[in-house]
Amino acid sequence: MIRLDQPNLANLPELRHIGKPLPRIDAMGKVTGATKYAGDYVMPNMLHAKVLRSKYPSAKILRIDVSKARGFPGIVAVLTADDLPGARVTTDIPGVTDTAKRAGTDAPILAKDRVRFMGEAIAIVAAEELAIAERASDLIEVDYEPYPAVFTPAEAMQPGAPIVTEPDNIVARWRIVKGDADAAMKNADVIVEGTYKTQFIDHAYLEPEAGIAWVDENGVLTIRVSTQVVEHFRSIAAALQLPQNKVHVMGALVGGGFGGKEDITVELFIGLAALKTRRPVKMIYTREESLLAHCKRHPFTITHKTGVTRSGRIVAAQVNMLADSGAYVYLSPYVLLYAASSAVGPYRVNNVTVNACAVATNNTFTSAFRGFGAAQACVAYEQQMDEIARELDMDPRQVRRINYAQAGDTTPNGQAFRGAVWLEECAQRAWDALGEETKANAPHMKIGRGLASYMQSYGRITWFHDTSQAWVGLEMDGSIVIRCGVPDIGGGQMNTLAQITAEVLGVPMERITVYGTDSALTPLAGTTTATRQMYMSGNATYQAALAVRKTLAERASQHLECELDEIDFADNTVFVKNDASQNMPLTQLIAICAAEGLPRANLSLFKAPFTDKLDPDNAQGDIWPDYTFGAQAVKVAVDTETGEVRVLKSAACHDVGRALNPAAVAGQIEGGAAQGLGYALMEDVQIVNGVTLTPSFAEYLIPTASDIPETKTIILESGTGLGPFGAKGIGEPALTPMAPAIANAVADAIGARVTQLPLTPERVLEAIDKIETRFS
Amino acid sequence: MQRKTIHLTLNGEPREWSVYPNELLLNVLREQEFLTGAKYGCGIGECGACTVHLNGAPMLSCLTLAIACDGADILTIEGLARDGKLDAVQEAFLEHSAFQCGFCTPDMIMMTRALLNENPQPSEAQVRDYLRGNLCRCTGYASILRAALDAAAVLNVRRNIHAAEERADA
Ligand code: FES
Ligand code: FES
Repeated sequence: MIRLDQPNLANLPELRHIGKPLPRIDAMGKVTGATKYAGDYVMPNMLHAKVLRSKYPSAKILRIDVSKARGFPGIVAVLTADDLPGARVTTDIPGVTDTAKRAGTDAPILAKDRVRFMGEAIAIVAAEELAIAERASDLIEVDYEPYPAVFTPAEAMQPGAPIVTEPDNIVARWRIVKGDADAAMKNADVIVEGTYKTQFIDHAYLEPEAGIAWVDENGVLTIRVSTQVVEHFRSIAAALQLPQNKVHVMGALVGGGFGGKEDITVELFIGLAALKTRRPVKMIYTREESLLAHCKRHPFTITHKTGVTRSGRIVAAQVNMLADSGAYVYLSPYVLLYAASSAVGPYRVNNVTVNACAVATNNTFTSAFRGFGAAQACVAYEQQMDEIARELDMDPRQVRRINYAQAGDTTPNGQAFRGAVWLEECAQRAWDALGEETKANAPHMKIGRGLASYMQSYGRITWFHDTSQAWVGLEMDGSIVIRCGVPDIGGGQMNTLAQITAEVLGVPMERITVYGTDSALTPLAGTTTATRQMYMSGNATYQAALAVRKTLAERASQHLECELDEIDFADNTVFVKNDASQNMPLTQLIAICAAEGLPRANLSLFKAPFTDKLDPDNAQGDIWPDYTFGAQAVKVAVDTETGEVRVLKSAACHDVGRALNPAAVAGQIEGGAAQGLGYALMEDVQIVNGVTLTPSFAEYLIPTASDIPETKTIILESGTGLGPFGAKGIGEPALTPMAPAIANAVADAIGARVTQLPLTPERVLEAIDKIETRFS
Repeated sequence: MQRKTIHLTLNGEPREWSVYPNELLLNVLREQEFLTGAKYGCGIGECGACTVHLNGAPMLSCLTLAIACDGADILTIEGLARDGKLDAVQEAFLEHSAFQCGFCTPDMIMMTRALLNENPQPSEAQVRDYLRGNLCRCTGYASILRAALDAAAVLNVRRNIHAAEERADA
């Protein structure tokens, strides 16, 4: 049994299945190796496909000659842009009801006359064997002519810069104005300025992008793919000029997503090849391909100017943000909005101006990554809080305490926080869990402690008009089927639905089967992104299960001759609450309902709150349904001779509203913290002049078992979330505060701040050198 | 290139494979035997996703030529449970929910099993060190470490009970 610190501060009622670390429904397949991921499927007569990718970050394509490849034995098809005139990936944001032009993907499927980043797709080859498909890329001749390029957002904004995205490389801008920051800044006793930079990082899910496509007997293009979004079937249909009902996307359990499988990956390549060859076509990215050619996290440069009083109260903030969108526009406008809207963090700041801009360059394109801009914002605002404390010579925790937002306070957009805002509670517990101060064991070792608080939305942007649907049905033998198009990316998304249903209908988990992630056969449930599935599909399932329960309970109350609200369900039995001897087996009740034609199933749609778009002048308005709050504390040791940083202890405390499955919640928190550790200390997709220098796990380092500190996970449950049973989302929030907590701990240890992630030994030494020169 | 016929034991069963000299063990397992528990994560020995046991020792099947397995005894995650009963390491991973996406779970279990074969009472530091080459992007390793240490403890208790029973019998 997992041992977790889970104090029940809000006195939530004990439930039968909810809140228990029950073995997940996906557990047995995973520990026996039986679970099938997209790349594990094979089909008779299957072909293997490869993508030929650009060798240069910016070039004109003068000529593509595929004649040698076409004639090569074993090669069945070679496709270039000429075979699909004008086809572009114009990924709509799935579920968005707004008809105005969205700012989603707009990239060619295959480059025609110009490539804009290294690794851009140029041709697809489908062959009898993978080895043959791999050779084909040597057999296709591409003549390039170098084209002017630009590799930093600052340069790309200059007049006369090479244009990557028409008309001026500006991909998105958000200007948020609340109060009057200029005027309020004049009332500040102290003004603190700081600039913080983050890097490109890779999702580095262990499962590379993979899928298999075929045309079925009804002419439906069917794609089994590792994806967070089966609703891409619509974008696929648009790109391939097929009716939407002739594209069927079947997901599989996803071997890690983190936002990297939110955009389309292999779908169009294998879809095109399958349409062309009329044979099943499989594609798995190599690790190198995944590192080179798929989206990365946006690097940001964030500048804070904060006006504070002597006593530590923030009176004004001006924040500028510049993000690198890379060569094509995927989700940059929204990533930027998340960043801008959380620019000052979970603090009460009544006068704020935020100017945020995302710019195109000839770097690998950037898009969704767990934390989605809000994580980059947190890296900056939490370091800024510590810098404010340093300027004022105050305890950083005290500065936070003075400024923490309360329920009713508003974000820079003017959206009010609702429910419990347990910032101080979380920070205190995380900090206390670090334990006593430790002494360094050698003169060149320095120990430091750092804290970061955060806020992170869960659920999608409310003007997207988000919905999810689920179907819950009882079989005659009392077992249950749930159908809900939720992609399970490892967070236990499907298990959550089972656990909710078990609670409502009193049926043990092992009697429940969940079908998910299918665009045609399961009710559409929206994306597994934005920390939304527990909230959205959890609620849809909860509603559906409640509807089934209502019908059954009504019939049972007649049979057992009691009031409706006296009926309860547990252990496959229906009984009278205060007299359990009055009962009947669930199967008997089902048989009665079936005989009388009463429904034993329900399809339910859950609707998030809908709002209008933001005020175009000042970006005021609501953006998200709700927020999760929490804190991360760390203790680090810095070797001042080598610059090496080791995290000794990590303590996270999050208010998850209600932990539906504490083991799964702890998994999210521990995993998110580890990713945050990588973000802070080692991960860096180094793209120099458009060339990725880190194309394998030998260069792109992610945390291993020996990098992970002693870890303490504290789960608080305020019960005030918008999910079923008061739950809040935790998928993204888990990562957000870790990197700034480490940055703050390192600054605490060495007495100087490294303002650029990752905190490499070189940068740490450089910061130490600077202080030494200052004092020598 | 000529195929060559080799003989080996796979998950306790005799096998005859006809393989090309450049074929990788990982691909033969996945594509000919349809044993997909061993995964492709990098193909060049940097992630551990393809870990199987070769003659009792953990081996990266993406770096192992199938032809070199003539006469070998290979165990994959699919062969770890015996007679429908999970191995103690699998039970511990189940108990501790030591996975999220599960993609690394087969390799983590095979690696942990190999560790406990070599060293029945590892310290936490030894577990971390042994699993260092096996990447997990989801769990932060915390639950995996709990499961591995718990599996060691359970196996030790079982061994002690077994030894006591043998003493009693003697
Ligand atoms: S696939 Fe063998 S080590 Fe990565
Ligand atoms: S559980 Fe996903 S990689 Fe380990």
